[in-house]
Amino acid sequence: MRMPKPLRNPSFVIGAAITLFIVGCAVLAPHVAPYGVEQMDMRNRFAGPSLEHLLGTDNFGRDLWSRMVFGARISLMIALISVGGAALIGTVVGLVSGYFGGWVDLVLGRITDIFLGFPAIILALAIVAVLGPGIVNVSLALIVVFWTEYARVVRGATLVLREQNYVQAARALGAGPLRIIFREILPNALGPIIVLASLGLGTAIIAESALSFLGFGLPPPAPTWGWTLSYGTRFMRDEPWLAIVSGAAIMITVLGFNLLGDGLRDLLDPRQLSRGRGERRKA
Amino acid sequence: MMTTPATMLADKKPVLAVEDLEIRIRGEHGSFSVVADMSLAVAAGETLCIVGESGCGKSMTALALLRLLPEAAEIAGGRVEINGRDVLKLGAHEVEDLRGEEIAMIFQEPLTALNPVMTIGLQIAEAVRQHRKVSASAAMAQAVETLKLVQMPDPERRARQYPHELSGGMRQRAMIALALACDPKIIVADEPTTALDVTIQAQILGLIADLQKRLGSAQILITHDLGVVAEVADRVIVMYAGRKVEEASVYDLFDHPIHPYTKGLMGAIPRGRASERLADIPGTVPPMWDLPKGCAFAPRCPGASARCLEERPLFEEKRPGHFAACWEHDDV
Repeated sequence: MRMPKPLRNPSFVIGAAITLFIVGCAVLAPHVAPYGVEQMDMRNRFAGPSLEHLLGTDNFGRDLWSRMVFGARISLMIALISVGGAALIGTVVGLVSGYFGGWVDLVLGRITDIFLGFPAIILALAIVAVLGPGIVNVSLALIVVFWTEYARVVRGATLVLREQNYVQAARALGAGPLRIIFREILPNALGPIIVLASLGLGTAIIAESALSFLGFGLPPPAPTWGWTLSYGTRFMRDEPWLAIVSGAAIMITVLGFNLLGDGLRDLLDPRQLSRGRGERRKA
Repeated sequence: MMTTPATMLADKKPVLAVEDLEIRIRGEHGSFSVVADMSLAVAAGETLCIVGESGCGKSMTALALLRLLPEAAEIAGGRVEINGRDVLKLGAHEVEDLRGEEIAMIFQEPLTALNPVMTIGLQIAEAVRQHRKVSASAAMAQAVETLKLVQMPDPERRARQYPHELSGGMRQRAMIALALACDPKIIVADEPTTALDVTIQAQILGLIADLQKRLGSAQILITHDLGVVAEVADRVIVMYAGRKVEEASVYDLFDHPIHPYTKGLMGAIPRGRASERLADIPGTVPPMWDLPKGCAFAPRCPGASARCLEERPLFEEKRPGHFAACWEHDDV
């Protein structure tokens, strides 16, 4: 008996497993975290992993496992909001731009270029510096940085899809532009959007961690991974554990989303699958 | 079941009338016309076939009727009237109301003309709700009814399936159901059977003819297949290089073809004799941006005279109800 197609795709399976684990930890944080986020134990600083402290403790004797688990909440929350917002804005801009073309496309295209012209992290830093820290503000900064990618991809897909016969057929049945964009084109463009979004979650987590690392994320004592990594580097020489654990949390999560995204891309686009694997399918 | 040709429609009121339609394309060769002096009329219950080879402007004409021409093409002149309303003067929203409700189109490739990510039933229901204010469930019921009308086997189940789950013939039935969803008065079918197997072709043609008899709609069928024409047409327009070259009732056309191009097309129909060698028409169609001064067919015509090369022939009545554009034809 053959396994269902998704289960035969190793990237998808591993990515989904990691993602499920991280999301599960974040959702159930109060239940899986044995200690409070700010619960200090000064006699037990920089403890290594033990049954008492699964991942050891930090410079204040706080349980790292608990901090990582609650940190996952912050990272995932910001990643979800920013990717959701960016995908929403980018998709609408891309659909409108690609479908109507002409001067609409020109104007929206130039606006996209302007956003693309700024180095992403500088733009995000500037926005957080102006708005101040906080989950919403960091998310907003990341939305501003990331929406352009969706706009470009969706515009490209729309340019192809709007020429499809079924779009013409829908038009011949009296469908107006709104209906065609949202009922005919968007559902067919969802594949690349979903793939981009799952890969984007990883990118967003890195970006959020970078902001936190630089001190522009949520301020301490919030248990952000980026900030933990940042102050972990201060003790790097004698107590590398802190930086390793927080760095690994970031890395594993991003790896999970990337594998998931790659797996989804293979599953949603049969043509992509054949590339380099000698498994060409008939068009 | 003889019907009268365009200019003799005194007894029947046409639901669709086209007068002197001209379509131009802006391209690398500048602006040139791909359809010119196109006039036609169809009455309810009547089937008009437009015949010609690829690129003769028959599909362009069809798209122009629904104002669906591609961006590079524009209607440069003429009138298109549906039930007395001038389609070319309507605003964007009025045209949208017209499409599907008054005039609908059946497309050539049923696979690509159906949305791959929507079930058949939902697509038809969408088309219904486009024009009628009905609930989603009522629209779905209507969709199933329409699928029954096109003799879709097991319509309730098919309505829940996606296009890729259907066979070619069923897809074309679904496509026809989609066009019929809002009970349009005029149906334009652009090569509806070209993409299908021969056996399925016959079924679909039978279905189209049957539906027309039951619904009494006016029909324009575009094809390059004279066999199809013989089977379903009441009247026929033969197009060459963007113009009408001949128009007659289907009987007159097949019994006494006038234009050498029409005769050439008929010579190219296989009759099933083993020893037979198909007659072809020598030469190729001239490019639309560089048509000869006189008759566009003259360079390929076996009977072309000096006059044919110099002067474009008039489209005139050669016999009662039988029109053609040819200088060299002597009245019978």
